[in-house]
Amino acid sequence: MRLRHHQTETLSGWLFILPSLLGFFILIIGPILFSLVISFTNWNFLEGMKGIQFIGFDNFIKMWGDRWFTDSMKNNLVYALITVPATMIISLLTAIGLNRGVFFKSGIRLMIFMPYISSIVAISIVWGVLYNPSQGPINAFLYSIGISDPPRWLASTDWALPAIIIMSIWAAIGYNMVIYLAGLQSIPRTLYEAAKIDGAGAFRSFQHITVPMLSPTTFFVLVTNIIYSFQVFAAIFIMTQGGPGTSTSVVTYYIYQVGFSFYDMGYASAMAWILFLIIFLITVIQWRGQKKWVNY
Amino acid sequence: MRMTLKLLLTVIMIAFAFTMILPFLWMITTSLKKPIEVFAYPIQWIPERIQWDNYEKVWIGANSFWVYYWNSIKVTTITVLGTVIISSAAAYGFARIRFKGRDAVFLIYLATLMVPDQVTLIPRFILFNYLGIYNTHLALILPGIFTAFGIFLLRQFYLSIPEDFSEAARMEGANHFRIWTSIIIPLSKPTIVSLIILSFTLNWNEFVNPLVFLTDRELFTVPLGLTNFIDEMGTEYTLMMAAAVSSILPVILVFLLGQKWFIEGVVSSGVKG
Repeated sequence: MRLRHHQTETLSGWLFILPSLLGFFILIIGPILFSLVISFTNWNFLEGMKGIQFIGFDNFIKMWGDRWFTDSMKNNLVYALITVPATMIISLLTAIGLNRGVFFKSGIRLMIFMPYISSIVAISIVWGVLYNPSQGPINAFLYSIGISDPPRWLASTDWALPAIIIMSIWAAIGYNMVIYLAGLQSIPRTLYEAAKIDGAGAFRSFQHITVPMLSPTTFFVLVTNIIYSFQVFAAIFIMTQGGPGTSTSVVTYYIYQVGFSFYDMGYASAMAWILFLIIFLITVIQWRGQKKWVNY
Repeated sequence: MRMTLKLLLTVIMIAFAFTMILPFLWMITTSLKKPIEVFAYPIQWIPERIQWDNYEKVWIGANSFWVYYWNSIKVTTITVLGTVIISSAAAYGFARIRFKGRDAVFLIYLATLMVPDQVTLIPRFILFNYLGIYNTHLALILPGIFTAFGIFLLRQFYLSIPEDFSEAARMEGANHFRIWTSIIIPLSKPTIVSLIILSFTLNWNEFVNPLVFLTDRELFTVPLGLTNFIDEMGTEYTLMMAAAVSSILPVILVFLLGQKWFIEGVVSSGVKG
């Protein structure tokens, strides 16, 4: 009788997850494996299945001598190194500000959250015009405060990437602020009261209560932001197409170019896998490292 | 003292919030201006004469935005419905039934979140070509339905429902399907609303799938239609902004109506998921 119950449970369990499992296998897991196989081939899609040619690790070796790829990877790293910490710090400060008690709290939260829900396509189009070097409102403002030689933003190899980074930080603050706010609200008030009785000031409470109690949230925000930062695509596709030169190309954008403009499926898949491995490694390292600084 | 501190903080936060929405304000006023007024400085926040015809040109005419809207409404509705049904069933399985292999499968689902779109995009492109659904709306709907995040969101909630609820129903002979449809789903209405709102926003804004899987303009959804519109507009910034405002209006509306559920959804799919 017990065993039978056990078996029907197993059957119902699998039946409940079956529809999603089928979809996952056909649309996610299957493609992941297939992508690994074609990453070892030289295959132009336009030649059909006959054009597949196994070439071992050639794609994986070739990419490190391909300037478009190495520059894209470098841009990805710069983008992550600036966007992630800046987003985290601003979001945390904003969340602390809101959590301290302000008037119109939900109105303010709503305004800060707006960029996050808006489509990145619309946002990129608006910022593209704001950054217009000769007439755009941003440079018009910079002129008006006496800067005679403001950056040429998207038209300049030095400023195009920073321009995209600024916009990305702006767009990401809302989401991260909401997550931090939830984290802050879950810290028991009694801890702060106890600290106050013991004579701790605001800064010491922050250092000894807020920071450690918030560490699981910080860990989550860090991991997800790094993963997202490597997947940046639409903003670059719309605002700069990777240019000028290679100055704003990122790996996702270059993969798109190689895959869907040149139909070089093998090479594009190999680069996609390297991107995946990098994200995976960073996540694993963080997972291991969290034991040292995250308190649960 | 406390009061002044709160006032001061409010002023700082409002100032910050205003700089956050400046690009939106600029987009809206520009969408209602004459081309010649676009780059006037200092910025004229309220246009001299409001140019509603910018919107008329976006919505009525040869490449009416309405086509993109209709496609987005269709694709988003079907995708959201599919996501809710399939995620709810899967979440029930993961949260309320103990069975062999469950945790391993769940771990695989978790791991898929790390896989960048670019890894699956190429094989999907090949697969959809092979299945003959390339350049159809199905090519957007299917990848939209099967995502892990809806499952995480609902599973999280299902785990929090006390076991007694379903135990009592079991005693009376209800099977899992009955428990799912008549106990768990009614209890999880707020979470389902969160999922609907989040999934709506996500799919309405989806850009990469339409970009890769669609070639016919009549099939374009709003984000891709918008880029197409911009390419044709050249430097007609007033029309560009009218189109951009039109494209984000539905998500802003949905967000304003369901702010509470939206934020709850974001928080529980994030922090606890």
